[in-house]
Amino acid sequence: MNIVVTVKQVPDTWAEKKLDASDKTVDRKSVDNVMNEMDEYGVEEALKIKEAHGGEVTVVTMGPDKAVETIRKALSMGADKAVHLSDESLHGSDALSTSAALAKVISTLSPDIVITSSEASDARGGVMGALLAERLGLPQLTQARKVTVDPGAGKVSVERLADNGYALVEASLPAVVGVVEKINQPRYPSFKGIMAAKKKPLTKLSAADAGLDAGSVGLPAAASTVLEAQPAPPRQSGTIVKDEGDGGAKVASYLAAQKLI
Amino acid sequence: MAEVLVLVEHTDGEPKKVTAELLTLARTLGEPSAVFLGGPGTYAKAKDYLAQYGAAKVYLVESEDIADHVAAPAAEVLSKLVADTSPVAVLAAATPDSREIAARTAARTDSGLIWDATALTADLTATQGIFGGSTIVSSKVTKGTPVVVVRPNSTAPEAAPSTPAETPVDITISDAAKGAKIVDRVVEAKSGRPDLTEAQVVVSGGRGLGAAEHFALVEKLADTLGAAVGASRAATDAGWYPHQNQVGQTGKTVSPQLYIAVGISGAIQHRAGMQTSKNIVAVNKDPEAPIFEFADYGIVGDLFNVVPQLTDEIQKHKAG
Ligand SMILES: Cc1cc2nc3c(=O)[nH]c(=O)nc-3n(C[C@H](O)[C@H](O)[C@H](O)COP(=O)(O)OP(=O)(O)OC[C@H]3O[C@@H](n4cnc5c(N)ncnc54)[C@H](O)[C@@H]3O)c2cc1C
Repeated sequence: MNIVVTVKQVPDTWAEKKLDASDKTVDRKSVDNVMNEMDEYGVEEALKIKEAHGGEVTVVTMGPDKAVETIRKALSMGADKAVHLSDESLHGSDALSTSAALAKVISTLSPDIVITSSEASDARGGVMGALLAERLGLPQLTQARKVTVDPGAGKVSVERLADNGYALVEASLPAVVGVVEKINQPRYPSFKGIMAAKKKPLTKLSAADAGLDAGSVGLPAAASTVLEAQPAPPRQSGTIVKDEGDGGAKVASYLAAQKLI
Repeated sequence: MAEVLVLVEHTDGEPKKVTAELLTLARTLGEPSAVFLGGPGTYAKAKDYLAQYGAAKVYLVESEDIADHVAAPAAEVLSKLVADTSPVAVLAAATPDSREIAARTAARTDSGLIWDATALTADLTATQGIFGGSTIVSSKVTKGTPVVVVRPNSTAPEAAPSTPAETPVDITISDAAKGAKIVDRVVEAKSGRPDLTEAQVVVSGGRGLGAAEHFALVEKLADTLGAAVGASRAATDAGWYPHQNQVGQTGKTVSPQLYIAVGISGAIQHRAGMQTSKNIVAVNKDPEAPIFEFADYGIVGDLFNVVPQLTDEIQKHKAG
């Protein structure tokens, strides 16, 4: 199995995230950056498929030079090699142009299966799996909480999360699979893994290397624009009361006063 | 007046409340055209509802091609309608299915996409809360037809009875779009309670409940309030409650009038899914729990005392 998994470097979950004042893109300079937590589940699932069926796991990311830290993490978890699309001109790309750029890189890898996670914690679009499927012309198996691959039959099936249960969805390989965090428990990189990662092949591509048309990427090509950004008005600090045996009654009075009951 | 395409959100034809919200919003932008995509025989259940909320037209596809495949066929239809009708905008609900359909439609029509809008002005400027609601941005699509994914509970639905013209869409879904086939549907969590994302009141339980059976306390409180039941990830991971009920970054995003968090610490990932709730009430025995930093009303106490008393008091209030 030729397995491709996408990852993204994002501001640390607990960091106070901001938009850059000048161009209103996510400020990635003033914060610690980490692998998007959800992507760990994608990498884990890729490794599991490899362990079950053999093959190779290639990590693909698009991001600034320091996103190489996120690649290293995926490699130290056990991925075999990586492709890093990195170019100043890509800065400010929106989800649509990012998906087109990633699809272009991924298609040169001729994958049997492409794995993404359900969303990145910075932009929270939750659309990359769908967009990659659209761009690559492959079946879309997103919102997957369980994945079963049958390489012999050239088939993959997933349990797709639904409102009140799940849908069983089948497709022929190659396909795009998007995983949710219920799917597995991501492994921690071992010391051996961290050492081995340093020697694993990493291909760095510029936009030109990837064959991307200069006008199709980056902030100027984005199909939407942020006009204005402001900190949310602070929530008025609430009333916190210690229970003296009448806590439930107090909440009820609060609800009544607010006309909520 | 130019058309505004509204992707109808429904379950087997049964329209969801967000459909009425989208139609109401669409009326402020142009002439609302509902796009109903579903399985054979499902439209009948939506027909009156769409008329009640002012759809001027209904574009209609009822076929197994739509019902039994993931996202791509619906995106094909919606993209064709964008090309045929040149609408001012396409509106879809911020649910997992519809946001995927919307995204693919934006890609296919070379249009801009905005997700999780909570407001949209007549000039198509969208408001979004980003970074877990800590920053409010206004944004605008600059290319193609704006495709805007709108959060449930963002607009108050207003009826405006109409007699929509029904237009079946003449389309053959491509084989490529039928790559991901739904072969079975399994219902795991049928509760009879309101839909989590649409409910006006949500009561959620967390690790503080200590065991699956203690969720009965949360359910009882929820039922006295006519509320939906939510859960933290700690509770769903422990198997105490179905993960379809998880609220948070990787669960559902809710924005009710009232959110009651019971035995939930208020981790950033939980907060991401509920902090736009109008009123947040927390019950937690730890005065340092982060949830108290953004709760409107909090009780520091043992939930096993506070919650049953609260349920009783609400019942008394209702009776009295
Ligand atoms: C990638 C990723 C995605 C995530 N997505 C989500 C998500 O979508 N939703 C989500 O909720 N979490 C999510 N999390 C997990 C999140 O970080 C927290 O671990 C989780 O929210 C904790 O759940 P909790 O508040 O129920 O448990 P805890 O943090 O353990 O809190 C339990 C609380 O109950 C209180 N308590 C205990 N006993 C009592 C009692 N008798 N009476 C009153 N109070 C009591 C305690 O004081 C404590 O504050 C995610 C994490 C990651 C890494």
